[in-house]
Amino acid sequence: MAFSVLTIIYLLASVSFITGLKMLSNPSTARRGNLIAAAGMALAIFGTIFLYTDDTGTKLGNYSWIFAALFIGSVVGTMAARKVKMTAMPEMVSLFNGMGGACAALISIVEFNHLSHEIYQSAGITLNDIFPASASYSAWFSEMAIILAGLVIGAISFAGSMIAWAKLNGRINDFSFKGQHIFNIVLFVVVLGLAGWMAGVYQNANNMVFYLILVLSLLYGVFFVLPIGGADMPVVISLLNSFTGVAAACGGFLYNNKAMLTGGILVGAAGTLLTILMCKAMNRSLLNVLIGSFGASAAGTAKSQVQGNFKEINLSDAAILLSYANRVMIVPGYGLAVAQAQHSCHELEKLLASRGVDVKYAIHPVAGRMPGHMNVLLAEADVAYEQLHEMEEANEEFPTTDVVLVLGANDVVNPAAKSDPGSPIYGMPILEVELAKTCIVNKRSMKPGYAGIENELFFRPRTSMLFGDAKKVLQDLTAEIKNL
Amino acid sequence: METLLQKIALHQEYIYIVILMIFLGIEVIGRVPSVLHTPLMSGANAIHGVVIIGAIIVMGKAESDNYIALILGFLAVILGTLNVVGGFVVTDRMLEMFKHKK
Repeated sequence: MAFSVLTIIYLLASVSFITGLKMLSNPSTARRGNLIAAAGMALAIFGTIFLYTDDTGTKLGNYSWIFAALFIGSVVGTMAARKVKMTAMPEMVSLFNGMGGACAALISIVEFNHLSHEIYQSAGITLNDIFPASASYSAWFSEMAIILAGLVIGAISFAGSMIAWAKLNGRINDFSFKGQHIFNIVLFVVVLGLAGWMAGVYQNANNMVFYLILVLSLLYGVFFVLPIGGADMPVVISLLNSFTGVAAACGGFLYNNKAMLTGGILVGAAGTLLTILMCKAMNRSLLNVLIGSFGASAAGTAKSQVQGNFKEINLSDAAILLSYANRVMIVPGYGLAVAQAQHSCHELEKLLASRGVDVKYAIHPVAGRMPGHMNVLLAEADVAYEQLHEMEEANEEFPTTDVVLVLGANDVVNPAAKSDPGSPIYGMPILEVELAKTCIVNKRSMKPGYAGIENELFFRPRTSMLFGDAKKVLQDLTAEIKNL
Repeated sequence: METLLQKIALHQEYIYIVILMIFLGIEVIGRVPSVLHTPLMSGANAIHGVVIIGAIIVMGKAESDNYIALILGFLAVILGTLNVVGGFVVTDRMLEMFKHKK
């Protein structure tokens, strides 16, 4: 009775995940979708705690431990999620993703211990004594393969997410060494080979081999993410997100649990597609991201090809240009996110609008630190949804725009993506800001952006540079315009 | 070869689920406007926290003298809860900001 109720609970949970994801893909229903998925999750969690029985009909024990852990996790998770700044959102997602991966790996470790304990409990017992002789190989293989898959994927996801988190945080820098591609591939093949060998050929619950696989997987996770530049971090996080989904699905196989299976595979598939969509927006193949250190190779090939003089503009001139323009397009980028200048940006926009200037925002699909991150930031600052224009729309409007204000964006407005086949970002769709009458670029310095390449745009005659921290510059601009 | 076929036949239910879920996952995401990519990634991140169910089972099945299983299971439940609760709360916070837009 209890078990069939649980089956229905899992069914409801699965449906809630699907409905939730579906509703998350529409701005008007997104929030409710999230709540529905959360409700389904709560149902599944409490259903499992109170109704789960194993093959022999035994219920779960250790309630005090379970509730203590749930309590700790909930309090810490809520605090962390409430306190985090909107600009630090990508790190947070990465961190939570890593937790999920670690959880999957831990499950595998415990289940493996369980298995090896069974085998070595009394000396001399072999595999055939545990599994019926006819099915021993096959049963062992399935169980071990799933445990190992959960372990490897979970560990990679955990280690990778931690590195991604630390990188976005600025705690560690890009790191790569010569031949790292080869090293990574070899490491990956070794992990796969060892795992395949352990499950298929070796057929022994050897602790040494198991923990060696764990360590190598963690190592791979680290080396997999370390060389990848900050611009690729969203792609990596999205990919690791789908990895964790697959790791969760492994748990679904292990426990014959359909809620875990549907939830995990759903996220695995959706995450993979989202990853590919992001890669497309940057004109990179997934393989390229997977194998490679973009930042390192790019910096090597195209250093300082464009040289020349750039022209600086001072605040009052910029203020005059902006306030006497008819149409202004603001191009926010990573710099705005880092400086947390979204509110100041909205202030400036309101002031300009009150003076009859038509102000719009042009959002590149990969602007900010994650696709859609810019929209979230600007929404936080109360910028109207209708003022945000996606790339295609914005590109049609640039030729009739008087002033483009680029705020901390670099690679997404680099004309080399269209004109220079040798450029590492060649082919990436960009915001064609050079078509506007004038272009004011706010940056902290002339340092290249994430792709590590010079931006020819800065040296064009119609471009003027306005150096400084985005937030400060915006506040000063607002003050200047008020004084006009 | 025969065992493989048998396996497929035996677990066909799961194979169906996996295949259908893959298509469903792709279908659901395919129509998302890029505005919602970050909240969506975060929401999906919370959903794979369903792995916590496994952690709860591990924890609940651990014998009271098996300290390794208890400690690892305890950790796993904490981490899983962080993933679930943190994930949903963060997603809600992001989406909250879209509320007064149409």
